[in-house]
Amino acid sequence: MPFNLDMNKVPYSVERINRGTERIKRGFAAMQKGGVIMDVTNSEQASIAEEAGAVAVMALERVPADIRAAGGVARMADPEKILEIIDAVTIPVMAKARIGHFVEAQILQELGVDMIDESEVLTPADPFYHIDKEQFTVPFVCGARNLGEALRRIFEGAAMIRTKGEAGTGNVIEAVRHQRMIMSEIHKLKAMDDEELFAVSREIQAPFELVKEVSELQRLPVVNFAAGGIATPADAALMMRLGSDGVFVGSGIFKSQNPEKMARAIVEAVHNYDDPKILAEVSKGLGEAMKGLEISDLETKLQERGW
Amino acid sequence: MKVAVIAFQGDVSEHIRMTEEAMKELGIGGSVVAARRRKDLEGADAVILPGGESTTISKRLRASGMDEKLREMAGEGKGIMGTCAGCILLAKKGDEEVEKTDTKLLGLMDMEIDRNAFGRQRESFETELNVEGIGKINAVFIRAPAILRTWGDCRTISEFEGMGVAAVQGKLMALSFHPELTDDCRMHGEFLKNAAKD
Repeated sequence: MPFNLDMNKVPYSVERINRGTERIKRGFAAMQKGGVIMDVTNSEQASIAEEAGAVAVMALERVPADIRAAGGVARMADPEKILEIIDAVTIPVMAKARIGHFVEAQILQELGVDMIDESEVLTPADPFYHIDKEQFTVPFVCGARNLGEALRRIFEGAAMIRTKGEAGTGNVIEAVRHQRMIMSEIHKLKAMDDEELFAVSREIQAPFELVKEVSELQRLPVVNFAAGGIATPADAALMMRLGSDGVFVGSGIFKSQNPEKMARAIVEAVHNYDDPKILAEVSKGLGEAMKGLEISDLETKLQERGW
Repeated sequence: MKVAVIAFQGDVSEHIRMTEEAMKELGIGGSVVAARRRKDLEGADAVILPGGESTTISKRLRASGMDEKLREMAGEGKGIMGTCAGCILLAKKGDEEVEKTDTKLLGLMDMEIDRNAFGRQRESFETELNVEGIGKINAVFIRAPAILRTWGDCRTISEFEGMGVAAVQGKLMALSFHPELTDDCRMHGEFLKNAAKD
């Protein structure tokens, strides 16, 4: 049943309904916690992801490994592709816009995408600014390598942060690096007084109020997922052990030998990340994981896009 | 009092915080635990099913055997509250989305729900709601379900746009919205008071 604002039927005046508030945006992200969000490129893959227990899917034309291999300029996916995936599943559908490309983001919002990933996996569109995310009704997720970057994105209105990692490599080291960086920077803020926090805020180029909030909370004020290089159930569990609230799996599922099995195993691993017995069980006989890439051999590091 | 929050997926920490606040407010002693295994439910007087993805959570409930345990607990007269995804899982009857995804409902409350009744995330909203026995609250709806119909002992205690958004049946409580995302712990308090009754 679609939500229809028929004025004759609405017992409340329209002003009393608020949409796109920070609470609703961050609340949506909170509903994803403990979950796996999977990259999919068609309705069939989307159904496999939903069936495996994904909490949401990321609608793409190509998974990051293929974007990396194809080269050239990577843009927002074809709206038809996105609508096909929206129609295929009942879980939320996310999609990627280029860094700073607020018109791509407007198009994605118009299509009914539930969350927009302003993503370094696509070719950046603006050399100066990221998208002003507060102007949107739908929430955004953004990548970060360190605390400063995460807080700049939150200041711009991001409702969820993910590690950048190094997408399309099947190599988890960069996601681990970014998660560890963020956690260790947060821990260091713990005993600091305002003067010290102010110095940190200048050093990492992040708003003082947010730095202070993080110091008190001892975590980011929004949900924090892992992304970029997660290829196996063990990788996913590792990221959860390092304090991630959940994981994005990009190429790791549909570039593996047996996507159905891999998808289910990664979901199991995230739900049982602290139980090696179950992890051992779900890791058995998955066939080959995606072929990985050594970071030092890369010509383009996607994580260096954005700032 | 021991309260267990089903902790596979969703806004678990928000519920734990809100339950602790409500217990403090009401002077109820005890503990709130995150339940990820069947044994975590042992000795619990009340259980909360959080918001999240109902498709995902229902799979975990089945795999862990916690679905059986929850039915047992409801039979013993323990309190169970579900918000959003949790509200869906408490229902006896789902909609075509529930069927299509083969989501196994716990089927504890005599009500029929409509998943994503108000639209996609773009249409998610906050509004002031009147809840029977509590009064006005700020309710946060996120891709929320609606309670289309109740029968038997199940009763709607709040409506929005002519659709049910809160229902009670004995010590069971189903909410379309997320009190755990606000700073108001009255809904949790009401649930706990009800659950603590003999």
